[in-house]
Amino acid sequence: MTPVLDVAGLSIRFPNGLKAVDGLSLRVGAGQTLAVVGESGCGKSATALAIIGLLAEGTQVGGAVRLSGQELLGLAADEMRRLRGGDVAMIFQEPMTSLNPAFTAGDQVAEAIRAHRAISKAEAAREAVAMLERVRIPDAARRARQYPHEMSGGMRQRVMIAMALACRPKLLIADEPTTALDVTVQAQILALLDELKRETGTAVLLITHDLGVVADHADHVAVMYAGRVVEHAPAAQLFARPEHPYTIGLLGARPSAASPTALLASIEGTVPDLRTPPPGCRFAPRCPFRIARCETEAPALTALGAEHGVACHRAPLEASLAA
Amino acid sequence: MGIWLLRRVGQIIPTLLILSVMIFGLQQLMPGDPALILAGEERGDPQVLAQIRAELLLDRPLHEQYLAWMGRVLQGDFGFSWRIRVPVSELILEKLPVTFQLGLMAFIIAVLIGVPLGILSAVRKDQPADWAANGAALFGISMPNFWLGILMILLFSVQLGWLPPSGYVPITEDFWQSIATTIMPAFVLGTGVAGVLMRHTRAAMLGAMSQDYVRTARAKGLRERVVVWKHALRNALIPVVTLGTIEFGRLLSGAVLTEQIFSIPGFGKLVVDAVFNRDYPVVQGVVLATALIFVLLSLLADILYMAINPRLRRA
Ligand SMILES: Nc1ncnc2c1ncn2[C@@H]1O[C@H](COP(=O)(O)OP(=O)(O)OP(=O)(O)O)[C@@H](O)[C@H]1O
Ligand code: SF4
Ligand SMILES: [Mg+2]
Repeated sequence: MTPVLDVAGLSIRFPNGLKAVDGLSLRVGAGQTLAVVGESGCGKSATALAIIGLLAEGTQVGGAVRLSGQELLGLAADEMRRLRGGDVAMIFQEPMTSLNPAFTAGDQVAEAIRAHRAISKAEAAREAVAMLERVRIPDAARRARQYPHEMSGGMRQRVMIAMALACRPKLLIADEPTTALDVTVQAQILALLDELKRETGTAVLLITHDLGVVADHADHVAVMYAGRVVEHAPAAQLFARPEHPYTIGLLGARPSAASPTALLASIEGTVPDLRTPPPGCRFAPRCPFRIARCETEAPALTALGAEHGVACHRAPLEASLAA
Repeated sequence: MGIWLLRRVGQIIPTLLILSVMIFGLQQLMPGDPALILAGEERGDPQVLAQIRAELLLDRPLHEQYLAWMGRVLQGDFGFSWRIRVPVSELILEKLPVTFQLGLMAFIIAVLIGVPLGILSAVRKDQPADWAANGAALFGISMPNFWLGILMILLFSVQLGWLPPSGYVPITEDFWQSIATTIMPAFVLGTGVAGVLMRHTRAAMLGAMSQDYVRTARAKGLRERVVVWKHALRNALIPVVTLGTIEFGRLLSGAVLTEQIFSIPGFGKLVVDAVFNRDYPVVQGVVLATALIFVLLSLLADILYMAINPRLRRA
């Protein structure tokens, strides 16, 4: 079956020459949640913006981004615009500033509907209220008439979700949707996303750096490091049997996780400068398992099992350590 | 909103009181004895002088004079012109609409040029259109009105013969003639404000275009036209509207010179004539009216700011 989202060999180069993403591949199936995790600056948001076609002009994007088989890179600006908010929708990290302060919540949701369907203003307004109800906003009709400044952060993020799901997208990109919210609200919003995903069958690309969120809400996980995917696996498997030294370090760095191998307490060193990335494995300068080959040859993402892929010369690590 | 408005109107009162004291003080500083001037031919007769002084309360202490003067001003009595013996209020009411028409036309021209240019240059930042718009704004701001006025008269009146070089036809008499006599001065007067509005619109639009809600608007799949003209502009206009209202006041005072160039019998001409003829009651009335207009405009600016900014509306 064709995945809803199929990203292959994606590269992103900003006008200032910085190559934020280099040879990145991802797949998300219908009704699935793929979590993308990684340190700040590893290219998560850049990847999301490349998929939805919102990177600033002058940014070079290479590779392939296919939505249900349709190639998105190279689409004319107007065709891409029609897909945005229609087949692909996105919600952002900052609910406080993502809504326009000059328009009511209802108007902003209705506008998203009317951008993609030829219906009357009154009908769109009714549907907007229905959408606000679907994201469990109490007293939706009254809330629809309110301005963003009259709402809490959690409420605003619900409005953003209503707006994003209004046209039943095939793919929803959620870029750290709960980072700016406090813990209880975070849990509510994530539970809501799960519920709506089950109802609609939307594929979800969930960007986060919170491994707790990954464990509870993701079907599959892709771990990014310095613009590349270094490991991907079903969530349970990744937590049980991480293979890439970076993933192991990441799980070890997670305060509550009892790392299965406990090989790394935390990851020493810093992320490489993406202007001049190391020639071989990008994790090599920080990797305790580094061998000579790592410094010269970049490891390709190779399959370890049916659904598990790792980009490391020493994978599978246990076998290689034993050798 | 209602309470806010009351409070805001209340704040005007001290401002007006201070203004009135200053203007009354100005009257005291004016050279020449009003009684002597009003007596005219009979200025040699001490009895006539005493009678005039008593009538004008000039023989009373200052604070009593002030209260009496305030009382008259509040009833719309600004005194008489020394030169032509006509009530000052009548002169003002006759000339103000002329200047108001000129100012309003200049303002409309300024908005029609300045706001779209500002949007264009923000959307095309660092591209030729942006440079051209910035150049035009600089031209509008720095070109002296009298010079632009003369150039326009030379081109449109002398060379092409399209527009009358000077004079004024009231709008109640002949609408199109009235426009024809005021369009050139209005353009000359409006260019500076157009430049200022352009620069402010550009800055506000650049700010708005980098906001998260603009990214959200794009993520919804809205056309760029809608993103710019609805989502960004709606927010960018909030500071521009306030500024525009204040600039309108500046336009009215800027009209003084422009009216001279085009011989338009407006407020500006009234002031200049009154100053040259030392017709102090007229000067005083004009100053008072101008101050009042500025105070009302700043009130209007605040009300507009409130009305278009939903974040403040329900507070
Ligand atoms: N417009 C831009 N021009 C140049 N460099 C950029 C631009 N946007 C992002 N970058 C750089 O690209 C890299 C990836 O940025 P990105 O925003 O994708 O990181 P991220 O993984 O989302 O991080 P975070 O967790 O902090 O959100 C960073 O080094 C960032 O500084
Ligand atoms: S390829 Fe080498 S340096 Fe890179 S993660 Fe694997 S062992 Fe470490
Ligand atoms: Mg990010």
